[in-house]
Formats: sequence, C-alpha cells, structure tokens
Amino acid sequence: MTALLEVNGLSVEFDLKDGTVSRVINDLNFSLTAGQTLGIVGESGCGKSMTALAIMGLVPMPPGRVADGVIALAGEDLLGASESRRREVRGNDVSMIFQEPMTSLNPVYTIGDQIGETVRLHQGLSRRDARERAVDMLRAVSIPAPEKRVDEYPHQLSGGMRQRVMIAMALACQPQVLIADEPTTALDVTVQAQIFDLLKELQEQTSSAIILITHDMGAIAEMAQRVVVMYAGRKVEEALVDEMLTNPKHPYTRGLIACVPHLEAKPSEERKVLTEIPGVVPSVAELGRGGCPFAPRCAEAMDRCHDEMPPEIIAAHDHKVACWMHVMAP
Amino acid sequence: MLDACDGAVMTDTENLLEVRDLKVHFPLPKTNPFASAPKVHAVDGVSFDTKRGTTFGLVGESGSGKTTTALAIMRLAPITDGSIRLNGEEICLLAGEPLRQQRRHMQIIFQDPYSSLNPRLRAGEIVRAPLDQLDVGDEKIRDDRVAELFRLVGLRPEQQALFPHQFSGGQRQRVGIARALATQPDLIVCDEPVSALDVAIQAQILNLLRRLQEEFGLTYLFISHDLGVVQHMCDDIAVMYLGQVIEHADRLSLFGRPLHPYTNALLSAVPSADPALRDRADRIRVSGDPPSPIDLPPGCRFASRCPFAEDRCRAEEPRLRLIAEGHQVRCHLVTDDGSPPPHLAA
Ligand SMILES: Nc1ncnc2c1ncn2[C@@H]1O[C@H](COP(=O)(O)OP(=O)(O)OP(=O)(O)O)[C@@H](O)[C@H]1O
Ligand SMILES: Nc1ncnc2c1ncn2[C@@H]1O[C@H](COP(=O)(O)OP(=O)(O)OP(=O)(O)O)[C@@H](O)[C@H]1O
Ligand code: SF4
Ligand SMILES: [Mg+2]
Ligand SMILES: [Mg+2]
Repeated sequence: MTALLEVNGLSVEFDLKDGTVSRVINDLNFSLTAGQTLGIVGESGCGKSMTALAIMGLVPMPPGRVADGVIALAGEDLLGASESRRREVRGNDVSMIFQEPMTSLNPVYTIGDQIGETVRLHQGLSRRDARERAVDMLRAVSIPAPEKRVDEYPHQLSGGMRQRVMIAMALACQPQVLIADEPTTALDVTVQAQIFDLLKELQEQTSSAIILITHDMGAIAEMAQRVVVMYAGRKVEEALVDEMLTNPKHPYTRGLIACVPHLEAKPSEERKVLTEIPGVVPSVAELGRGGCPFAPRCAEAMDRCHDEMPPEIIAAHDHKVACWMHVMAP
Repeated sequence: MLDACDGAVMTDTENLLEVRDLKVHFPLPKTNPFASAPKVHAVDGVSFDTKRGTTFGLVGESGSGKTTTALAIMRLAPITDGSIRLNGEEICLLAGEPLRQQRRHMQIIFQDPYSSLNPRLRAGEIVRAPLDQLDVGDEKIRDDRVAELFRLVGLRPEQQALFPHQFSGGQRQRVGIARALATQPDLIVCDEPVSALDVAIQAQILNLLRRLQEEFGLTYLFISHDLGVVQHMCDDIAVMYLGQVIEHADRLSLFGRPLHPYTNALLSAVPSADPALRDRADRIRVSGDPPSPIDLPPGCRFASRCPFAEDRCRAEEPRLRLIAEGHQVRCHLVTDDGSPPPHLAA
C-alpha cells in the first residue's frame, strides 16, 4: 500500500541560550498508510511531541527549526509548502489532539463556538451550519445532551468530556491523519477505554490514519498496528506491535517492556523484583560524543557502542532496529 | 542505625492502622437560606485495617476520595466523623503536642516530585527538616541519619549539597522518600508515588519501596491509578467509588476473582500488552461519568453507569457485605456465597 504520510530523515534543532545547537530529533524515518494506527513510545523528552509538531508545521521557530528531512502527505512535500498552504493542511488534512486539553481549549468561548470556528474557517460553513455540525460532532463523541452542551464553557465539563471535545474538534474536518499526543494521560482508565473505543470507531468510519503518542505499551497494543520506539531523538526500533511485544530486539525496548508491572488476570503469590533500566536519559551535551545514545545505560554495551552510531538494520521481516548487537559480524 | 523499631510504640495488635466509618464532608457555601448547606461527600463511611509490614492499596475513579482518606489519616484533612487508630491509639481527636508526637509515626510521599520539595533548600536540608521539627537526637545524630538515608535511597553523599532542580524526577522522588523515612515512621502514605515518573524510572522507585519495606518492616498506604502497579505492590486492596469502599479483598482474590461490576469494569479497562487479556470475552465497559459527590443518588452509587443495574439498585443502597474470608463487596447482585452478578459469571 502506498504511504499516506511519509517522514524521511527528519531532524529538528533548537538554538540554545549558550549559543550551542541541540538536535532534538535526529534522522527520523517512518510512514503511515490510511486506516492505520502507528504508535510512538519513549521516555519523556525523547522527541515524541516535537515529531508531532514538525508534522503539523508548529515547531516554534525561532529558536527551533526543521533542519533536515522530508515530510510528505499523499506525495505533497509539506516542508516546502507555503505557510498558507500549511495552515490549510493543518485544519483539513492533519489535525492533532494535544497533550493538555485545558491549555488547548479557550476558556472564554463556548465549546460550540470553538468546534464551529474550525469548520467555518476551513470549510466555509455558515454560522448556523457550523453550530449544527458542532452538535453532530459532540453527538459522535458520545457527549450526552449535545444540544445543551454545545453552549457550555470548557470549565463546565469533566476531564473526560473535555478530552472528547478535543477529539470532536480534531475530527470536525475529517482529517486524513489524526495525531493524538497522550490523549488520555489525565483520565481514568474507564474513561480512557471509552476514548479508545471512540477513536477506533471513528477510524473505521473515516479510515483516517492515527499517530498515537504514549508511554504505555498496553495502550499501543490495544490501539496500534505498528510501533516506533524513540530514544533521545532517534528511532531505535520499529515493528508490527505483536512482533515488538513478543520479540523486542533493542535492549531499550526490552527494558521498556520488562520494567512495567503488567496487570495479570491470575496473579501468583510470588512477586519478582522489577527489571530496572539504570541511570537516566543523557543530556544533549553528553550525546554529542558519538556512539549509541543508549550505550551509557545499556547492559549489553560493547566498546564499539560507545564510539560508533549503530546503523538501522532489518533484523526480521518488517522489523528494524538500530543496535550493534544485531549487526552481523563481518 | 535505622534499626527496626526505635521510638515506635509496640503493641501486640497485628494491625498498625484501624479505620472505622471515616467521614470527611466538605461544606459548600449555602445557596438557599432555607435548605441545609450542600456538602461534598469526599469520604463517606470508610473502614479498613492495615496489618503491620504490609501494603494497603486504595484504587478507584478520580475524585472517589482516595487522597482525602489518606490525608484524614495523616490528620491533614478535617475529619467529620469516625475513628482512626494507629498503633492502637485513637488519633482522630489528638491535638497539640500529642498530635505532634504521633506525626513522627506517619509520613507521606507525594505524587509530584517537582512541587513537593522546597526549591530553596538543599537536598540534605530537606531530608533533615523533619528531624529538626521533631527534635530527634543531637546535631551529630541528625547528620549521621541524613547520610544514612541518602545511602538507603541510592543517592550519593555529595548530592546532599544539591538543590531540587539539579536532580532528575526519579532522584527527586528518592529525596522525597528519604525525607519520609527520616523519622522512622511506621506508616508511609504513598499517593501516586510514581505517576509523574517515566516507566523506566518507576521500576527503580517501586523496587526501592519494596526493599525498604522488607528492611524496616514499613507499612504502606499506597494509592495509584495504575492497576498493574497496585497488583505488584499491594497485599490488600480497597476499591473506592464516590467516597465509599465498594470492594475490599486481598491481592489474589481481588485480581483473581473480582466481584463488583465496577471492579470488573476497572480491570477490563486497563489496556493490556497481553493478547489473552485484551481479547477476553468478559470485558465490560461503562459509559458516562460518575454522579456528583454533592447530590448523591439514592440506591447504589454506581447504578447510573452499571451495565447490570436493576430497579432495586436505583432504590436501595447496597451494604458492604463479607462474602468470603477477607472479601467484602457492596452490590445487590453478588450472592451471599460470593457468586458475581449472573451476567458476569458467564
Ligand atoms: N524551546 C525549546 N528549546 C530547546 N529544547 C527544547 C525546546 N522545546 C523542546 N525542547 C527539547 O526537545 C526535546 C523533545 O521534547 P518533546 O516535547 O518532543 O518530548 P516528548 O517525547 O514529547 O516528552 P514527554 O513524554 O515529556 O511529552 C526535549 O529534550 C526538550 O527538552
Ligand atoms: N478541600 C476540599 N474542598 C471541597 N472539596 C474537596 C476538597 N478536597 C477534595 N474535595 C473533593 O472531594 C472528592 C474526593 O477528592 P480526592 O482528592 O480525595 O479524590 P481522589 O480519589 O484522590 O482523586 P484523584 O484520583 O483524582 O487523585 C472530590 O470530589 C474532590 O473534588
Ligand atoms: S448494586 Fe446494582 S447497580 Fe450497584 S453495582 Fe451492583 S448491580 Fe450494579
Ligand atoms: Mg510530549
Ligand atoms: Mg488523589
């Protein structure tokens, strides 16, 4: 199948106050087809949100910039497009549910105005049609009494309802690609399950592609078909979800899966000590030295790992990993 | 030097903590001069015991009263009614010096390692503060204790001189744990202790908490919304919904044989990396949000979202019933011999 969204060799840099440049995304590649969900996982600060912002064309510039790479939507190069074209794409073709719902909903407008604004701007609907569309969208995301709720303000809604409003807004223009950045972190699991069901249902109807950003492998397993694991601004592993869970190759991915106490249906009396990934993510300054970014925390690290960046190799069918352990000896 | 029970009052009771019919109601401003003032029923008749050296878990929907229960036990929230016994002593009515003395037996670790540490104090001073407040030993003893605590939580001695912002999130949580251990408490309340941390760092902190428990016989009151973490850490668990305990059991029974529809919904909702769990046929879903803790519904508090609710559920409030050794549940449809609601049993 041809790719709907293609990210190729993407690098994002920030100018720091001390005059140095920090590369927060480094040579990132992945692609996405219609109707598919891609998960992106990794520790805080590894560049998940920045990847999303780069696709949206929202990297804060300056101090940031997309330094290199290609982002193409249905074959159209987005990085080279004009700002007005990007705005058009942002409303119509690619939309995003942001990490913090409260900061992305405007407290002084009713939710109807906010959803309506999006469709008025991008689809040229009249005020009245826009309101109707807003009610429809609220109904689609199962908000009870949508005709009433449409005139309410964000603070009058529960966290779960606000998140559903965010989704309604993101979906109002039926985007081809929906980016959901930790869409449920602040919510109860019962509400999270509702939101996930809703996303799946809407995806089935519209066959949008979804990028789900999360730190929860369980959520990935539940929602995505394919997963990219990021570490310190780089992709370290990519595979189909079931393959990744049963056969992780990168020591970081293995640690990420093993360090979590997964819920078991029939727990046993015995409780093991959890696997730890020692240390913390290195600072950007420490990363400058070359070598695998995970090497300082890696139990398997060899001399080579500290000196040379491992190339991405194909370790199994449709399974890529960047780790010296998996590179065949010459 | 941190030997098991210096300072602690040893009693022969097996229970460190006994909570009976605890209520915390927050009054709201009166809107109608002729009606009684509305109130938030944050904690509404909670009872449980916690055995010495074990971990008691509180789980449940956001707003169900977990933090308020813990704060009431710490005597940091106003208690409306009920009884709390720590080491056999009633602490609900304590004030002044006796309360201050009891406080050394209880400490709390907060969720947010960023805001719970004073940014202007060095880590060493932060850990030392409770010792100063409670006049523990002399200067030398306090210095030694702080050094020992840093070692215990896996921080280096020279890190005592650093300020909170110079630590990573996981290290800050270690400082918080060292501070909580300083007075050699019997009970440590852990309110979402790892929720703000990356998964890779969570494991370090959870292992540390378990190791310290084994070493010092600590008792934890552990609050988390992550059921995998709760299953890993807790020996007994109470599930809360709108201020009440709706199910209470030991770890193996609660997770192996959950009876209450809400507990089942909660466990079903956890996204799972295990395909067997994910594709289970008996996963149940609830819709909507919980009702307001101000105007409580008659009948079962879960009835508005319960997929099995019957007329009786909406009219008559179920009692918390003991249906097997150590397993209590609050649902009309669970039978006395402990069969789950018929729809769930299938
Ligand atoms: N304005 C900025 N100047 C310099 N660096 C920045 C700026 N904004 C973000 N960064 C850096 O970019 C990196 C990637 O951040 P990003 O927000 O993408 O992380 P993330 O993976 O989404 O993390 P989280 O899980 O915490 O949301 C981080 O190391 C961050 O410090
Ligand atoms: N000081 C207060 N005044 C009024 N209401 C309060 C106060 N503190 C808590 N509440 C209310 O009491 C109820 C219980 O709150 P609590 O913080 O104990 O819930 P929780 O179970 O810890 O939730 P979460 O999982 O979100 O932390 C909520 O409805 C909350 O809004
Ligand atoms: S008492 Fe009724 S409404 Fe309440 S949980 Fe049981 S079945 Fe559901
Ligand atoms: Mg982010
Ligand atoms: Mg709480």
